[in-house]
Amino acid sequence: MPSLGSIRRSFAPWDDPAAKPYISFKNVTKRFGDFVAVDNLSLDVYEREFFSLLGPSGCGKTTLLRMLAGFEEPTEGELYLDGQPLKGVPPHKRPVNMMFQSYALFPHMSVADNIAFGLKQDGMEKGARDERVAQMLKLVKLEEFARRKPHQLSGGQRQRVALARAVAKRPKLLILDEPLGALDKKLREETQFELMDLQQELGLTFMIVTHDQEEAMTMSDRIAVMDKGIIAQIGTPAEIYEAPDTRYVADFIGSVNTLEGKVVSSDESHVTIEGPDGRIVGGLRGSKAPADGQTVWFAIRPEKMQVSREKPAEAANALEGEVWDVAYLGDMTIINVKLESGNVVQAAMINRSRLVDDPIGYDERIWLSFSADSGIMLER
Amino acid sequence: MMRALTNRLVILIPYVWLLFFFLLPFLIVLRISLSDLEYGAPPYTPQFSFSDGWSVIWEKLSALDFENFSFLASDSLYINSYLSSLQIALVSTFLTLLLGFPLAYGMARAPDGVRPILLMLVILPFWTSFLIRVYAWIGILKQEGLLNQLLLWLGVIDAPLEILSTNKAVYIGIVYSYLPFMVLPIYSTLEKLDESLVEAARDLGCTRIGAFWKVTARLAVPGIMAGCLLVFIPAVGEFVIPDLLGGSGTLMIGKTLWTEFFNNSDWTVASAIAIILLIVLVVPIVWFQNAQAKATEAGG
Repeated sequence: MPSLGSIRRSFAPWDDPAAKPYISFKNVTKRFGDFVAVDNLSLDVYEREFFSLLGPSGCGKTTLLRMLAGFEEPTEGELYLDGQPLKGVPPHKRPVNMMFQSYALFPHMSVADNIAFGLKQDGMEKGARDERVAQMLKLVKLEEFARRKPHQLSGGQRQRVALARAVAKRPKLLILDEPLGALDKKLREETQFELMDLQQELGLTFMIVTHDQEEAMTMSDRIAVMDKGIIAQIGTPAEIYEAPDTRYVADFIGSVNTLEGKVVSSDESHVTIEGPDGRIVGGLRGSKAPADGQTVWFAIRPEKMQVSREKPAEAANALEGEVWDVAYLGDMTIINVKLESGNVVQAAMINRSRLVDDPIGYDERIWLSFSADSGIMLER
Repeated sequence: MMRALTNRLVILIPYVWLLFFFLLPFLIVLRISLSDLEYGAPPYTPQFSFSDGWSVIWEKLSALDFENFSFLASDSLYINSYLSSLQIALVSTFLTLLLGFPLAYGMARAPDGVRPILLMLVILPFWTSFLIRVYAWIGILKQEGLLNQLLLWLGVIDAPLEILSTNKAVYIGIVYSYLPFMVLPIYSTLEKLDESLVEAARDLGCTRIGAFWKVTARLAVPGIMAGCLLVFIPAVGEFVIPDLLGGSGTLMIGKTLWTEFFNNSDWTVASAIAIILLIVLVVPIVWFQNAQAKATEAGG
């Protein structure tokens, strides 16, 4: 049976009914006055998982983290860590450490003192403490900067100090609030892999908040896409990308074309819809087929469409249109195509060759074709 | 060219100001303090005058002596006045800090919309003359004043408290008058404090109180030092408050100086007192500046 995405995962405790969740949100609601930040949300995260909360600002993802760290208490519902209820446990008694979005480094302390701060609070003796600090400095490659003050470091170095400080106490769970938000793109990409390696090396559970879908896709075992205090979908990056539940999720992660239509016929794996752009055959999410005549949306990613000048003979689907815009990005070229119906869809062509004999230009009439499994039918 | 000149002129203004309104008066006072007492007007023999020739000035300059200063050392009244002033100023600075820090903390934590109003309330007393506000305290603190009436009515006390004309009234007066000078610098440091620093400390194992001391209070130190100096320095030389609220037993150097100048018409000794006071106060100022320079260097 084919699987979603191009990577096989061996780590998937969420598929194992016997696995015990490490973190459990049970029907958690958090209100600030009239504003509902988190709305009756339930969520399980497993040990050693790299879990991302993804969503636009104000969707409640940071509130969720702050409840876990102990800075906010749920208005309703329960929170469990390793089977223990967290209600009423103050932040300093939770085996959880947090890396703050602003890094929150103590400006009056050196890098080494910042890292040692939590260890000192635990009453670790000086010898062991110095050893641990040295170890942490080595881990984040900042050995020469131990005596510097935070303001004497670059943004990337500060980020690493914050990380070292948060993992110095060997917490069971590390929560990270937009850990890479303040870094520039290049540094961010490097740091993503560093974070993944660190998580593997230390064997920690990571819970991370981000609004950057690429970041979440790169690093996570699973992603929860949030929308206005609820979870829109939980899944592996491939599940979220290839089999989104709703148009909101499909649109939030990557680019997507959605075409509206009415169901004409369906079997257990495919559905045919009829809309202004003609007949389209697409994949079905799960096995529940919609009723004939129901209004649905067909969603397809730009890179899953073939572009050709002639109508392809053997394609399950083919749409004709006119080239409206072309954007050359180096690794790929994005083409916006205006269909007969007036809808504009986006197609992406991977530039496999440096030289192209007869490139596609503006105003040309072209065909977009795709197989029955390339796109998916969404009911919402 | 023109611009460079204007820039230089702008920089010159504060220097000229300091020269005419600080350095020159200081030199005049210094000259008087080194002169001899003589009854008449002015009540001192100028040791030298600028209208004399240079030779005369030089002759008189060499005749300058420190007899007024040695006189200060000979009478314990002056030393006691200095010590008592320092003590009163220290205690009231401490009390002002005790009251001012929670106030500043509360203000810094207040919702955004309320903060400007609170700030306004702290500054509001400045709209009334300092002198009038001190007079008002007489009405509050005296034997049959508002405070005693209230306490008697509440049944807290049986007989009126004797506060006015004691050092207690002086403490109350100083704490009241100088509170804004303590609150404002502390407020400005606390307002800039990133709340996530406190959360980080708690996350790393501090209790609420621990995080307060290790982060909030520690990072407010520059504000606390500035506030303490702004209260301590004028409090040492305070005259109006001990004169109006204090009693005959209240010994403060400002009062002693006033008495020397106006009652005894001894300008020379009064000037010597002022010079010594300045020297005493320069010490904490220099210390503060050093500490601040160090803090800036350390990035605190």
